[in-house]
Amino acid sequence: MTGSLSAVLRAAPPARPRFTASVALAAGAVMSAIALMTVSGALISHAALRPPVLALTVAIVCVRALALSRAVLRYLERLVSHDLAFRSLAQLRVRFFRAVVPLVPGTRIARGDLLSRFVADVDRLQDLYLRALSPPIVAFVTSAAAVIAAGVILPVGGLVVAAALVLGGIGLPLLTGRLARTAGRRQAAAQATLAGEVVELAEGASELVAFGCGPERIRRLADADAQLAGLARRDAVAGAVASGLGAVLSGGAAVAVLLVAIPAVRGDRLDGILLAAVTLLAMAAFEAVQPLPAAAQSLSACAAAATRLEEVERMEPPVTAPAAPRPVPQEGALVAEGVSVRYDPDGPWVLRHVDLRLEPGARIALVGPSGVGKTTLADLLVRFRDPDEGRVTLGGVDLRELDPEDVRRAVRLSGQDAHVFATTLRENLRLARPDAGDSRLMEVLRDVGLDVWVDGLPDGLNTMLGEGGATVSGGQRQRIGVARALLADGRFLVLDEPTAHLDRAGAAAFLDDLDRIAGDRGVLVITHERELPGRFDRIVELA
Amino acid sequence: MEPVARRLLRDTRAARRPLAVSGLVGAVGAVLVVAQAVLLARVIAHVFIDGQSLGDVRGDLVALAAVVAGRGVVAALFDAVGRFGALRVMSELRARLGQRMLVARPTGLPGERAGELTTAVVQGVDALETFFARYLPQVMLSALVPVAVLAWVLPHDLPAGLILAVTIPLVPLFMALVGLKARDDVRKRERTLALLGTHFLDVVRGLRTLRAFGREHAQDETLARVGDRYRRETLRTLRVAFLSAFVLELLAMLGTALVAATVGIQLAQGHLELTVGLAVLLLAPELYAPLRSMGQQHHASADGLAAAERIFEVLDAPRTVAVPEHPRVAPDPARSPVVLEGVRLTHPGRAEPVLDGADLTLEPGELVALVGHSGAGKSTLATLLLRLADPDEGAVRCGGVDLRDVDADAWRARTAWAPQRGRLFAGTLAENLRLGAPGATDAELEAALAAADALEIVAGLPDGLDTRMGDGGRALSAGQVQRLVVARALVRRAPLLVLDEPTASLDAPTAARVADGVLAAARGRTTLLITHDPALAARADRVVALRRGRVVETPRPTAAGMEAVAV
Repeated sequence: MTGSLSAVLRAAPPARPRFTASVALAAGAVMSAIALMTVSGALISHAALRPPVLALTVAIVCVRALALSRAVLRYLERLVSHDLAFRSLAQLRVRFFRAVVPLVPGTRIARGDLLSRFVADVDRLQDLYLRALSPPIVAFVTSAAAVIAAGVILPVGGLVVAAALVLGGIGLPLLTGRLARTAGRRQAAAQATLAGEVVELAEGASELVAFGCGPERIRRLADADAQLAGLARRDAVAGAVASGLGAVLSGGAAVAVLLVAIPAVRGDRLDGILLAAVTLLAMAAFEAVQPLPAAAQSLSACAAAATRLEEVERMEPPVTAPAAPRPVPQEGALVAEGVSVRYDPDGPWVLRHVDLRLEPGARIALVGPSGVGKTTLADLLVRFRDPDEGRVTLGGVDLRELDPEDVRRAVRLSGQDAHVFATTLRENLRLARPDAGDSRLMEVLRDVGLDVWVDGLPDGLNTMLGEGGATVSGGQRQRIGVARALLADGRFLVLDEPTAHLDRAGAAAFLDDLDRIAGDRGVLVITHERELPGRFDRIVELA
Repeated sequence: MEPVARRLLRDTRAARRPLAVSGLVGAVGAVLVVAQAVLLARVIAHVFIDGQSLGDVRGDLVALAAVVAGRGVVAALFDAVGRFGALRVMSELRARLGQRMLVARPTGLPGERAGELTTAVVQGVDALETFFARYLPQVMLSALVPVAVLAWVLPHDLPAGLILAVTIPLVPLFMALVGLKARDDVRKRERTLALLGTHFLDVVRGLRTLRAFGREHAQDETLARVGDRYRRETLRTLRVAFLSAFVLELLAMLGTALVAATVGIQLAQGHLELTVGLAVLLLAPELYAPLRSMGQQHHASADGLAAAERIFEVLDAPRTVAVPEHPRVAPDPARSPVVLEGVRLTHPGRAEPVLDGADLTLEPGELVALVGHSGAGKSTLATLLLRLADPDEGAVRCGGVDLRDVDADAWRARTAWAPQRGRLFAGTLAENLRLGAPGATDAELEAALAAADALEIVAGLPDGLDTRMGDGGRALSAGQVQRLVVARALVRRAPLLVLDEPTASLDAPTAARVADGVLAAARGRTTLLITHDPALAARADRVVALRRGRVVETPRPTAAGMEAVAV
């Protein structure tokens, strides 16, 4: 197993009353069903002795009440346990969000795929109570109750029921769990291969078609599919064996109980009326352990997720605020002095002895081919990370002596990958300045050349963007990022690739406007363009 | 059953035989259910009423054990057949999706849609497993078991039989009623729920942006608030959704309780034998069991059905190019001009056509540069030449033959293309370069690499031409990929060459070297060169621009004059 149970327990948010309630309701529902069959068996056997019909009334009422309580308890249990799941999900999200905040950007978790897995792991833990922890407890409580009930009727019968439940509740999940794990590991690899083929087909379809490789690719997809299907078939056989054994165990328990109960009836150790009851109990008791194989899978998935999340919680943030941060100087330049950065202690240098000076009111362009470390330098300037050698100062003070958040208030960054959130355009802009009014927002949108686009949107500033909303092109997204940076107050602007996705004329117009709008702010424009159409005080080339 | 579920059944041929086998196995299982109940009842009644000993009932017990074993075998078979069938269906769907993607891709628009497609094919098809492996077989079992049970109960105990016969149809009826109500409710909330549900992912992905603006702390409260709203909204939906399960449970349990009471009273009045009474009681829960399990599987297959809708969207996507009934021989661009005549094309979902009456002639061996601002439709025009799309109006002809009358693959065999944002596929670099020319020699690869100024890239790779590319392979910069993509197009010695922004992400000296090499390699081939770079455009035989959907002749630009062209 790649995760531990203790990690799951550590990850579980506190929820004792609700959890207790959901376990009690679930156990009540299962026991109602078992009791219903047991009492019915006794009722019918008693009836066969031809008592007056009135003598059966209590049992009949009892059976109906159990039927009702079974359905009601189950319904309530589902509501309570789902409520609990959603509550713990909200708590988990807040908790792990806090943990991941200082790690992005600047650590490996910031990589897109790892970040997605992080979110999936947190979401996975919503199953923790509902599907992983609750079923074993419920199974234990109800099995114990069934064994005791059977034991009261016939002690040796209790032993038989206990043995059957242990086989069905522990032996079977262990067996299927082992089969599923080995199959699962190999399937994961085959699945990745298949996904790879599909991604290439989907993303590269036009190229594959243009180069006449379509049929070849379809054949490769079929091969990958056959590979996966073969493994899945083996997995299916294992599952089939398990479900067959489950059926045999439940019927077998009835036969085993009969084998010990029939001599007991003959030897007057068991009232014949209860023979049917104890047999039916043995069969019905299997409901107690039925959810266990699925719970075992859930538990191991939760454990793996919880263990990975603990690793995230233990990761060192790339920057920490000093215990007693100094106030941010209100004057002076932003200066990188001989900074060097590498991502691994013995990896290659991404930046090596770089100097850069950005005065208030200055317009500086930082150019260089892609992959040369321009974005890393931007990260240094807003203290998303610290240089491994050299230092960055603001008004002569080393950024390491300042609170990183104060630095980011003074130096506004519009990153290369500005994120558009799934909310209105207004909220997307106002995250940079929550008190900005619509007229100010429209002004900024005009400044970055998005006014025509906004006028064409169905609901103007109220238009929903992001997933499921209006589509935003790469260039528009970039300019939304710039608009945010302009909205927020700051003495310096660091704009990473603001003109990417723009044609030359557009880029020239934008850079001219920027010069006017930025006023006495110091502006650093990062770009890979070779010839910059705008006016700059200085062009710094990073090579 | 939902329309999409019906279509799944109708459309997937691979599903039929396994389902038939499932039905057969299920029928045997249903008979064994009845046999087990009757045998158990007989043993208990013989011991309890007739005072028989273990030895007396040995025969029945052995038969019972055999039936139990038989039920185990049937359960295993049923499970296996269901899953095997599902796997075949999944393979069939994946193959069809793969084929569809090649003929129906929105051409030249990579990115967002590709992600959706991948999700539909990989996760979407997986999500269907529950539907085929569990839900459908369970539906059959829900029909078979009640028939077998009632066939035994009705002749033996009419009153109990009637109770069962009446309650059984009520279950699906009530479930459908409650389910319909819940579905409307769910649909109404779906959008809100989807938004709330992905909020966390959105916030985490945008963390860098949030931190740049010092807004990360405000998210604690928002997350808690959104989480709470999600919980309340979802629970409101679930309260109704769970009702269908509640109704099912209630009917099954009350049905069993009613049967127990009826049987008890009949026994007390001496109208019934204990064997029959017990057997009926044992059969009552068995009657409802498949229905209950069907309810659960229905719930579990909901994801799959949602995925099926996306899958069908892909499968239903129209072809982007015509398939001629009697294809004509593909004309040769090396001998005849390629002509666009009044071509008009509108991208799906757009109101304005991107090309609107575009005319262009490419003479054999001519190098034409195509300029125009971003979004003017330059790449779209290229897809028409490559027959990745056909025009809505007008025609693309070569030697007078409308390309729509030619087999698309036969025409494409005469073209080579370096797309604007080309990609390398998983495999070695050599395999990638031979993508369009499997028989190319190493010397030919090297010549193409030299022309695209990519020899130094290969020299920097650990295994040279044998280095693995693509996902999980060697990571290259955008500029390096671009040069390799250009080389790949050059390796395919096709008479019509389309180069889309071959120097866009290159620095000035590299771009100049690539331009030299590529122009030399293109000499003699009919070439369309799409570019933003005035220096590159200036070296073409002729420069045309796309403006408002039309092609206009343009004087060959100087670097300074480029602005006027681009606007």
